[in-house]
Amino acid sequence: MSTQTPKQTDESSETDAETEVPSKGDERRDEKRRRAAEERARRQAEEAEKAAADEETVELKVFRYDPEIEGKQEPRFDTFHVPFTKGMTVLDALMYSRDTYDSSLTFRHSCRQAVCGSDAMFVNGGQKLACKTQISELEEPIRVEPLPHADVEKDLVVDLEHFYDQMEAVEPYFQTNEYPDGELEEQRQTRENREKIKMSTRCIWCSACMSSCNIAAGDNEYLGPAAINKAYRFAMDDREGEEIKQKRLEIIEQEHGVWRCQTQFSCTEVCPKDIPLTEHIQELKREAVKNNLKFW
Amino acid sequence: MSQSYNRGLIEDFSRWREFEAGMWAWIFHKFTGWVLIGYLFTHIAVLSTAIPAADGATMMFQGSQTDVFTGTIVSLEGLLLVRLLEVGLLAVAVFHMLNGTRLLLVDLGVGLEAQDKSFYASLILTGAITVASVPTFIAGAF
Repeated sequence: MSTQTPKQTDESSETDAETEVPSKGDERRDEKRRRAAEERARRQAEEAEKAAADEETVELKVFRYDPEIEGKQEPRFDTFHVPFTKGMTVLDALMYSRDTYDSSLTFRHSCRQAVCGSDAMFVNGGQKLACKTQISELEEPIRVEPLPHADVEKDLVVDLEHFYDQMEAVEPYFQTNEYPDGELEEQRQTRENREKIKMSTRCIWCSACMSSCNIAAGDNEYLGPAAINKAYRFAMDDREGEEIKQKRLEIIEQEHGVWRCQTQFSCTEVCPKDIPLTEHIQELKREAVKNNLKFW
Repeated sequence: MSQSYNRGLIEDFSRWREFEAGMWAWIFHKFTGWVLIGYLFTHIAVLSTAIPAADGATMMFQGSQTDVFTGTIVSLEGLLLVRLLEVGLLAVAVFHMLNGTRLLLVDLGVGLEAQDKSFYASLILTGAITVASVPTFIAGAF
């Protein structure tokens, strides 16, 4: 970022000072830490002043929590003032805050282009993918919190183990026992069938839907929108054959499967990849009913 | 998940303000459903007066002897509170009906893209019908 350039000089001098400290005693290290904290506070205050004078900064209120450090066990909000640049996303602002003010600010991110699904967060009261949420579209101050209804590990990082368990529970991989004739024949999918499952293949496992779902919040066994969508992606794939489809329907029509969905549409609203999750769940419900209705 | 972790106030602080249409629809549907169930039970209390009425039981009502059943209903209808509650009851029933139709369509997979609009439409229609019913319910109550 161009706005960062003037800062770099004093940052490098700071790292120089750091390298000579470890040889001195604990006293010096404490002193150093205190001075670093002061420096950080001074810079944040400076930036806050600048914010008052200059409209081109944004105010971020970020959830902070660290179970391992005594002074940080009580959840709190830290305020960061970040210089605004055109096209800036919430993730950009968080990275600026981490790099400039507080290197202990923790959050997941990887690809920065809405593909890896690492940075789903609770931004201004909604589950958003931080890397594709434009600052310009948000009201200030921007509240950034970890995903609701999940254990917070540190700051904005939540435990996704339960989410992954639910995803694995629907066996999210291609299975079939119907092979085409001819040894070298490919397993082809019709264009229509591909079109049918197209949206459901877009899932990036970000867990935004799971976090937004009121039912999943109260029922730990509920598969959740993402897992059901995954089941839809394979159950609706014609190449898997009738037998595997039966197996898949048995999984999703269990007590804590599709029938827990109360069509609140929260998942569909928050999905960063615009997957019509509720529609897919409803279609699987109808499929399950059709599968069990017998008129004899 | 929330069952195993309590983020306290930060978890629940003003979350209801962030609800989308679908969530409000769900909450109102639950609420109106429970109100209607409660209303069903009040029938038992009122309609059970028909049993003594069939045996010829009477009560004093507006200076003359009327049978218990008619007397109970007419005196209940005479209360302003009951008249007001009836307007509320109509609103609750109409919303439950309209939103129920909306949910039926959702279950059939019809118009899922317009689910929020259909919720707002059922709210507006409920309001209109309720307002239109006020003269009928309140007439003569004051």
